[in-house]
Formats: sequence, C-alpha cells, structure tokens
Amino acid sequence: MPAVSKGDGMRGLAVFISDIRNCKSKEAEIKRINKELANIRSKFKGDKALDGYSKKKYVCKLLFIFLLGHDIDFGHMEAVNLLSSNKYTEKQIGYLFISVLVNSNSELIRLINNAIKNDLSSRNPTFMCLALHCIANVGSREMAEAFAGEIPRILVAGDTMDSVKQSAALCLLRLYKASPDLVLMGEWTSRVVHLLNDQHMGVVTAAISLITCLSQKNPDEFKTCVSLAVSRLSRIVSSASTDLQDYTYYFVPAPWLSCKLLRLLQCYPPPEDGAVKGRLVECLETILNKAQEPPKSKKVQHSNAKNAILFEAISLIIHYDSEPNLLVRACNQLGQFLQHRETNLRYLALESMCTLASSEFSHEAVKTHIETVINALKTERDVSVRQRAADLLYAMCDRSNAKQIVAEMLSYLETADYSIREEMVLKVAILAEKYAVDYSWYVDTILNLIRIAGDYVSEEVWYRVIQIVINRDDVQGYAAKTVFEALQAPACHENMVKVGGYILGEFGNLIAGDPRSSPLVQFNLLHSKFHLCSVPTRALLLSAYIKFINLFPETKATIQEVLRSDSQIRNSDVELQQRAVEYLKLSSIASTDVLATVLEEMPPFPERESSILAKLKKKKGPGVVPVSELEDGKREGGELNGGGDRGPDSAMSASNASTPSPSADLLGLRSAAPVSAAAPSAGSLLVDVFSESGAGGPAAAVNDDGFLRFVCKNNGVLFENQLLQIGIKSEYRQNLGRMYLFYGNKTSVQFASFSTTVSYPGELQSQLNVQTKPVEPLVEGGAQVQQVLNIECITDFSEAPQLNIKFRYGGALQNITLKLPVTINKFFQPTEMAATDFFQRWKQLSQPQQEAQKIFKANHGMDTEVLKAKLLGLGTALLENVDPNPENYVCAGVVQTKSQQVGVLLRLEPNAQAQPGVQMYRLTLRSSKDTVSKRLCDLLAEQF
Amino acid sequence: MIGGLFIYNHKGEVLISRVYRDDIGRNAVDAFRVNVIHARQQVRSPVTNIARTSFFHVKRSNIWLAAVTKQNVNAAMVFEFLYKMCDVMTAYFSKISEENIKNNFVLIYELLDEILDFGYPQNSESGALKTFITQQGIKSQHHSKDEQSQITSQVTGQIGWRREGIKYRRNELFLDVLESVNLLMSPQGQVLSAHVSGRVVMKSYLSGMPECKFGMNDKIVIDKQQGKGATSDDSAKSGKQSIAIDDCTFHQCVRLSKFDSERSISFIPPDGDYELMRYRTTKDIILPFRVIPLVREVGRTKLEVKVVIKSNFKASLLAQKIEVRIPTPLNTSGVQVICMKGKAKYKASDNAIVWKIKRMAGMKESQISAEIELLPTNEKKKWTRPPISMNFEVPFAPSGLKVRYLKVFESKLNYSDHDVIKWVRYIGRSGIYETRC
Repeated sequence: MPAVSKGDGMRGLAVFISDIRNCKSKEAEIKRINKELANIRSKFKGDKALDGYSKKKYVCKLLFIFLLGHDIDFGHMEAVNLLSSNKYTEKQIGYLFISVLVNSNSELIRLINNAIKNDLSSRNPTFMCLALHCIANVGSREMAEAFAGEIPRILVAGDTMDSVKQSAALCLLRLYKASPDLVLMGEWTSRVVHLLNDQHMGVVTAAISLITCLSQKNPDEFKTCVSLAVSRLSRIVSSASTDLQDYTYYFVPAPWLSCKLLRLLQCYPPPEDGAVKGRLVECLETILNKAQEPPKSKKVQHSNAKNAILFEAISLIIHYDSEPNLLVRACNQLGQFLQHRETNLRYLALESMCTLASSEFSHEAVKTHIETVINALKTERDVSVRQRAADLLYAMCDRSNAKQIVAEMLSYLETADYSIREEMVLKVAILAEKYAVDYSWYVDTILNLIRIAGDYVSEEVWYRVIQIVINRDDVQGYAAKTVFEALQAPACHENMVKVGGYILGEFGNLIAGDPRSSPLVQFNLLHSKFHLCSVPTRALLLSAYIKFINLFPETKATIQEVLRSDSQIRNSDVELQQRAVEYLKLSSIASTDVLATVLEEMPPFPERESSILAKLKKKKGPGVVPVSELEDGKREGGELNGGGDRGPDSAMSASNASTPSPSADLLGLRSAAPVSAAAPSAGSLLVDVFSESGAGGPAAAVNDDGFLRFVCKNNGVLFENQLLQIGIKSEYRQNLGRMYLFYGNKTSVQFASFSTTVSYPGELQSQLNVQTKPVEPLVEGGAQVQQVLNIECITDFSEAPQLNIKFRYGGALQNITLKLPVTINKFFQPTEMAATDFFQRWKQLSQPQQEAQKIFKANHGMDTEVLKAKLLGLGTALLENVDPNPENYVCAGVVQTKSQQVGVLLRLEPNAQAQPGVQMYRLTLRSSKDTVSKRLCDLLAEQF
Repeated sequence: MIGGLFIYNHKGEVLISRVYRDDIGRNAVDAFRVNVIHARQQVRSPVTNIARTSFFHVKRSNIWLAAVTKQNVNAAMVFEFLYKMCDVMTAYFSKISEENIKNNFVLIYELLDEILDFGYPQNSESGALKTFITQQGIKSQHHSKDEQSQITSQVTGQIGWRREGIKYRRNELFLDVLESVNLLMSPQGQVLSAHVSGRVVMKSYLSGMPECKFGMNDKIVIDKQQGKGATSDDSAKSGKQSIAIDDCTFHQCVRLSKFDSERSISFIPPDGDYELMRYRTTKDIILPFRVIPLVREVGRTKLEVKVVIKSNFKASLLAQKIEVRIPTPLNTSGVQVICMKGKAKYKASDNAIVWKIKRMAGMKESQISAEIELLPTNEKKKWTRPPISMNFEVPFAPSGLKVRYLKVFESKLNYSDHDVIKWVRYIGRSGIYETRC
C-alpha cells in the first residue's frame, strides 16, 4: 500500500488479510474467502450506493483474493467506477485492479479506455501518469490501438510536465515493443530526438531508451540524434561531479544516462562531421582518463558506475574500430583490469579484449597481455572467467605466438573443467592446424590432444588429422612413427587407435625399415588394442589389416589367420563379419596386382573449409568469438592444407568408388548408397566373388530411373529393395491397357495389412482412369501376389499416376510410393506410310506449337540396333527409307485416347561427331496437339 | 513393505517420524510436505508417487498420517494398517489432535515399535496391546514371571485377541448395527445409484472364553432353512425379510472356515470394543428420505428454490439430526429463506443454504423455499448446479438387516446364554445422500 492519508487505513482490509494469514488450513482459508466474497457481493448488490472509500476497500479485497489465486468474476464495474474518482488513492486502486485483472470484455474496455482518455486529457500530472502507467502495464494490442496516436502527442507537447513526459516516453517504448506496427512514425519523431536537449535529466534518460529502440528499427529517421547525443555526452562528461546534483551517483555524474548515450551511439557509424567526431573522441578520451584517476570513493557503487561507463565507452571504441590511439588505450585499460580483484571486472575485461583482439589496430596491444591471460586461465577460480580467458587466447593467437598458446592450452586441458573441454579441444585443433608451420609439430599436438582429452575429441578432429596427413607427403613418415610410439602406451584412447590404425594402414611401410617397428610388430601392436575397441573402430582396424596385407606380403599369413578366426568370421556384428569374410576372400583370391590396385594409397582429399571450424561455430552460436575473422585468416594462409568434410572412413569408400576399382563395396559396406550404385558399374571379377553379399539392392530413391526405363519397355522389375520386389507386365490396345503388378515378398516373414492405392497428381484424375482390384492383405514370406490394373486413357496426359504401397513388416509400417510407368506413348498405334505421305503430313503439321524439338547429349552409345529396338518399343512404326539421310530415324504413330486421336510424327537425327568425344541427338516431334508433342519429346529425350 | 511412517500437523511440521527401512531417508519427509501438504493444487489422491517413492496418507482432522515405501506394496493393506493405527491411537488417547500426539509421543513410538516390525504389520488389536503397553509406568517387580509369560503366550498364541481368566460379575453384550446409506437421485426421483455400507460393532463384557454365534437375516441362510421344510406361508414372510449381502469382511476372531461351509458366524469375542463385521448391500434399500427439488431461474439476477423432504419410514420412528444442504451459485449476493420446520441459514463460507431439523417422525413431509439474488457477472459461466445433499440419523437399518440371534456358550464357567444381558441397537446414518436439482 502506498502512503495513505489519515482515515484511509482500510481497517477491514487489514483484518481480512490477517484472518487469511491466520488460517490453519487451506479449507479454512477457502471458507474465509467465500464468506468475504459473499459479503462483497451483497455490498455491491446493495441498493444504496457505496461511497468511494468502501468501494476502494472492497476492490482491494478482491484484488488480494485474486492474487491468492482465486477467480474473480465481478467487481470490474466498481473498479472502473473508481477510475473516475477524484481522489488519488481511489484512482490508483482502480488502475491497479484494471492493470492486474483486465480482460478483453468489450463493454468494459470501452469504459476503461474512456476513463484513461479523460485522465490523459486532464491537466493533473499525477492522473496523467497513472493513466500512462496503466497503459504500459497492460500493454496489450487493444491499448496500443487506442492510444498509440495519443501518447506521442503528449510526449512532444510543449506544456507537458517533465514527469509526465518521462512516463509517456516509457509507455510509448512499451507499446512499441509490444506491437511495433501500431506505433507509427510521424512528424513527432524529429521532435522526440530533441528531447535529448531537455533540461530534465529524467526526461532525457527515458527518451533515450525510446530513441535507442526506435533507431534500431529505422536508423535513418533518427540520424540527427548522433550529434545531439554527442553534445549531451560531452556536457555530462566534462561536468564536475557536483553539477548534476540529483543525478550524481556516488560522485559519478549521470552514469545511467551516459551508458545509454554510449549505447545509442553504438547504433550508428562514426559521425562524419569532423567537429562532432572530434568532440566525441575528446569525450571518450576523458572517460579513459577518468578511469586512471584515483577513485573518489571507496564504495563499490562508485567504481561500478565508473566502470559501467568505461566498458560502454570501450565497446563504442571497438564498434567504431577506427581510432588506433583509442583502441590501444582501451586495451591498456583492460589490461589493468585483467589483474583486478573484482572477478566480474576480470570477466568483462577478458570479454571485451576478445573483441579488441579482432581489430587490426589493437591486435598487437592485446598480445602483450598474453602472460596475464595464460595466468588467468590457470589460476582463475571461476569457470566462466576461465572460459573467457580461453576464448581470448584463441582470439589473440597468431603465427608468432601459436606454439606458446597451443602448448599452454594443452597443458591446461589436463585440468580443465569438463564443461569446456570439448570446446577447448576444438580450439586447440584449429589453432594447431591454422598456424602450423611445421607439420610434425601439428601431428604431435593433435596426438597429445587425443592422449590428454580423448573423450572430448570429436570425430571431426581426428578426421582432420588424417586428411592433413594424407594430403602432406612430408609428414607421413613422421606421423606413422609418432603414432606407432603413441600406441605403445599401455592404455590409449580409442580415438588414438583409430588414428593409429588408419595411418599405419596407409603409411606403415614408411617406418617398416626399422626392426623395432617391423610390419609384424606394427600389426601385433594394433591387434593388441583390437579387443578393447568399439565396433566402428574394429571395422576400421580390419581395413587397416587388409592394407597391411598389401603393404607387407610377409604378414599375409598372420593376418589371414586372424581374419579366419571364429571371433572375426563369425562375429555377431554383421559389418565386422562381412569385412572379415570379404577381406579374407580378397586376400586369398586376388593376385598381388589386383590387391595393389584395390588397396592403393588414399588419394589426397579436396581442399575445403575445415569441418572443425564449422563445428566450433555451431557449438558457440554466432557472435561469441570472431570466428569469421579467423576464417579470413585461414584463407590468407590457405595454402596450408587440404580439407574435406567427409570423415576418412566414408571418404575412403567414396574415393575408391570414384576410381574404377572393384573394391568399392569393401570399405563402406552397407554404409552408404554410393556403394551399391558403384557396384554394378565396376563390373569386374570381384563383383562375382561377392555377389551374394554385395547386392544390397537399390534403394527406393532409384524409382525415377525405374520409371524412365519403362518408357520403351512394358515388362520388367519396377522396384526392388531388401523387403519387396515389384514386377510389372503390361499390354496396351488402342486407348485401353492392362497392367499386372507382381508383389514379391523377399523376406521370410509375412507382410500384414498389405494395401495399395493409386493416386493421381495434378489434373491426371480427369485424363486417365485406373481401376485396381484390391490385393490380399497378407503376403506370406517368399510368396508373390498379383494385382491387375485396368487403364483407360481419356485424353492426353503428362503426369504419371502414383502407386502407394503400405504394409507392416515386423511391426514397422512400411510405406513406398512409386510412379506407375504409364506414359502417353503406351497408347501409340503404329502407322506405316510411304516417304511421300510422311513428308506431306510433316508439312501439314508446320505450326510452331505443333512441333517440339530437343537437342541433347547421348547418354548411351549410338548402337543402331539398340536405337531401333527402343523406337519400336516406343510403340510407333519405324519407317525405313523415308529420310534421305540413312543415319536418321523416322517414326509415325497415332496416340489413341478416348476423346480423340492424335497423329504423331517423329524424327531422330544422331550426330556422332558433334564435338570430339560427345555424341548429340536432335529429336523433332510433330503432332496435331501441342501438349502431346511436348510430353513425348520430354520422355524420349531421356531415353537415348 | 512399509518403509517409514510420518505424522504431520496441518502446517506440515513433523510430529512423529519412524523409519523402518534404509531405503527411506529424511528427504522423504520433506518430499511429502512439499508435494502434498503444501501443494498448490489440493492433492486428492490418497496415494502419491514422488521420485519412485509411494506415499499413502490419511487425514484425521488436521493431522496427516503418511506411510512411505519404495516397494510395490499392497495399497489396501497399507490403508488398513493406517486405519487400524488411528483406531489404536483413539483407543489410547481418544481424539487424534496435534496436542494429544505431542503429549503422547513416547507412547506412539512405543506403539509403532509394536505394531510394525521392519515394515510388516503386527498385532494391532488395541485390547491386546493394552495388556502390555500401558500409559502408566510399570513396576517390573510386581509383574510376576507368570504374568509375563502369559502375555507372551497370548500374543503369540492362537487366540491373540483375548486373554484368559477374564471375570465379570454381570455378563453383558452390546451390539450395534451401524449403517450408512449412500444415494444419488435424479431430479425426477429416479435412483441413479444407492448402496448401504454397514458395520456390526460389539462391546462384550463376558467372563472366560465364551463361544459366540451370531445370526442375521442373510438371504442364503434363510433360503437354506426354507429348503429344510418350512411352510410356504413362512417362506413368503421370511423371504421378504431376508437381505442379500454383496460382500462382507470379518474381524479376525470369526472362524472363516465355518462361515464358508455353513455360513454361520461363530467366534470367541475379544474383550471390550471391536468391529465384528463389515458388509455392503445394494438391493432393496429402504431410503429414509426423499428430496424433491424445484429450482426456477427468474431472470438473470434471481433464483427461486423450493425443496420438499418426505420421510419414508414407520410413523412411530423418529429421525434425528437432519440437515439439508442446498448449494447456491457463486455469484449469490443475498438469500431469503422461509421454512416450515427447523432452522435454515445461508452459509456464505460454504456457498450453501443449510437447513437443520432436530427431529422428524416417519411419513411426514416438510418444505423450504428460498429466494436467491444474484450479482450479474461478466463471465457467462453457467452454474453447474451441484446436487442437494442431506444428513440424518434413523433408528433402523436401511439395508433391512435384522439380528436374529446372538448366542453365547461358555462350557467351563457356570453361566448360560440366558444369563447374558444383551443389548441390540440399529443406527442408520446418511453417507453421501444426494439429489440432483
């Protein structure tokens, strides 16, 4: 309760509240409240009008009850009545009730708005303030709609009291934040800016919050505020601490206002006007100077206020990033704070320095504090400060101090907090890579990293090492040696084993000369770790073993022995088992030449942005560390090393697949689609060896190919995956067709609730009619069911109907959608005609829209017989001896639909020597209907 | 099994805390307080699971009794135990209140040690407990070895609820049939649900080790007797009087094997107060009162309510403590009541009109009419019209249960069935007796 005048004590309210507080149980409290509510209801209902005092008292009680968590559904009217009272306390309670309990009841809102409007237009400043506070407290859209126009007027009116202006500015800010679209800019905006010159500091403080918010959205409109803000700032800064009596806080003149001004300036670029800029620089210098002065008070408030201004000034300096002098001074000032007693100050100093480090002017200055920062990293008690120190070290690192910083970070990593370890690891990895002059140093660093914090080394980090080692010839031998040594530790991290396995598998031969690291020793070392590793690592090790067989034929027997052991060849993990089986087979069947080709050294990775950097960015979110700057730095030193997003494991298989090597399915078995895609094309001896296991079956994604394959073909396999095979057989006569679909269950388990539906995308519904007979809902394991589709072509069409297949396999619902290979050309009737007839008709169809032409590259060889077969399969008649050029093909046919018949003439002109090595076709189609020509042309262009 | 037992006052302060198993820590005490006693939303379920710990609570006035366990116990068992525990405490210091619990905390801990062992409930018969847990100090030298061994043999023996060698000058027996009748009726007078839950409570002051036999008008027993050759006239008469018992439970003293085979209730009674059986019936219930409500809404701000109650039992009997509770809408601003009999008052704290009648004979009717003024509210929340509830007490059993006999045999001592003075009383009370309006 606010201070109340005499006789305003509201004893009843006090008694009620104390009653409630004395209640022993919830039930008792509810009873008391019920009783009170009934009392208030009877009072409000009563015939004689209540006086303002009791009205206020009861509204207060209702408010209290509401705040206790009970529903209040009456009394709003009385509260609204209070608004029109002339007594401050009554009005205040009324507004309080409205602010807390407002609901969008149309009737009341109108009354409330009316009362608010009255108060706003009254001359009484306290009433105006109350009304403004109510608007701001509610802050709803309705309020904004009603008063967004009114408040700016009050704000800029000449005769408004200062306190009201203050409230109006904050109220407008609130409305703008809640619903920015309703607060319209207008001529008042320019006058708001001039509030910065107001005599009253409170008004300026309130106005500046508003201006900052507004100028962030539309900077241009408020451009003029910069010079005003600068002059205001300079007045404050240059004033003695006694000048601004009420606004001096512990000897600091107007600290809040100064901070806000500095923050406002941060919304704009440095002022172009020389005078203004000079004044601003002067101000900033004064602030920096003041920081050096001995404190006027020992109170913490004094230093807090002073430092707040200082930090705000420094961020402005950083924002401008154009005054080397100031930047260096700021940096020195922060350097002092780095050793301050106050933890918060150290934190802020480290944080600001992080941004300073990215400026070219102050980078050197920041670097001078390296010792202090390293010290902070080691000795700081607060983890968040240590984190900032790590950030700063990362930011200040460059070629000159990289070794030191990386070494320090590595040594810190051993004791670092778990929460920041992963980030630290990423940073070390990035710095080591970016500033590596000597790659042996890089390899050492990363291996150390894995040794110290193996659990926090993400996949990306060790992928990266391998990419770099593979791309740099000079470091491979060293890497192999170091890895070999590292693996000799009795306990090493799994990531180390991965790196070790990979590098020894690739470059083990480089150190095999030394008897201490002879091939067998290397193998035994790797194999000693095998049993402690997870499945993916084991898989990688198996690949390393097969590479060993290639590199060192003398180990073949030993490794084959290992592969043949039951624990490999009968491993319960399919992946491991398959690798073991295949590698064993490969090593025993293939000749050394084949082996050497298959197991060739990995080709270099393509240069790309480091994936670690991407990971760090993702981890930190934008704007925490100037990563972008770092990235630029990396581009500068771009020759450094290669990159690649792919992990080496997948990269291994992918790169092998791109070289025509039959081992494509060896290294990434079942892991990715490219394997199966590559397998058939690689069609050489080894595919046969592995055919029974290698054929994983094409994935569902290939269906589009399947669709196109059927343009010139009526029978075949439409779709196949691990579970299901769909065969197709179709026949067409005139505008009718019949299609047989054979669903084969490839598993031994039955499919339940098997169902198929045909859907028509686009306009197809009216163009094509497909009738299906439902299939049996159960498909037994290994069984095949047949479905017949009757197709009727009503008019020409371009889309294909879709077949959706749903079934339950082992509890999981499978859903497959396929395009049914029903195309317009299926309804062709071949027409034989002589050359003269053909050319006559050809000429008849000479309108531009009747012709469709396409020139395209040949996808397949230009084999005459194949081409002829395809054209016949299309359904047209192939006309011999029509075209004067015997190379060309000419066809004719009629597309039969229910509504009409469309004659089609086709001409295909192959050009075997269009360009060296490229074969081109020109396909021309003429028909009496433009859509038909177009569709047929599109379909056929994919076929040759 | 029960891991611990806590007693709290209304503020959630712990009065008694007894932990039986290690898996219950002190934090369980706080968990219950925070999540149940001080919960923002009133917790209505008697079983609460907090962090894999189950809390079973019962509330007696302002006192909370909570049994805690981490295991999957039989909830019915735990509640049975808690009720027994309340009975035992009542037997020792009458009312369960914060003050009584504080004054008797040593006794309560002693009791808790006795009736729960490692979380397993033990003999909780207050009669038996009173023989060795007394509220006075025990002078051990006065306790002879005999006496101690007697207690032991009794407590561990076959008849744990009665000790030997009890002697009374007057052999007396009190039998109360206490029933509570529950009803939900539609405004049109259709019975939506009705059942009677009854108890047979006895107080026996008998010497020696008497064998008692209790007979009532159980339908199965009566039918069996008819089969044995009663006349058709008889059967019609007795058939009318017999009742069908849906389910029943007995005090541990009743020989269940005999009940199963012959459906006769025979037992050696404990000394003093005990509950012989509990039962429930749902058929042919005599509803002592009929409530006829009439509610009329006159405009938005007025409500007229008229309620008639009719007593529906023998005119010679008198019902007592009749109370009718008519709920009023939440926006009631004033009430005028007129009633022919008794006193009626609007109780704002309960949002109801309470009409009280001290006595009312059978086959009578009485009426109340009230005008309720309402305050127009902003929200058009419809009043849900909660049912009108009623409380009363009648001197008969609404289920129709009749005690046919209660025989006492004591072969060793020289008193016979005729020498025992027997008192039988029927009390029918209202349970949840509601009529929708």
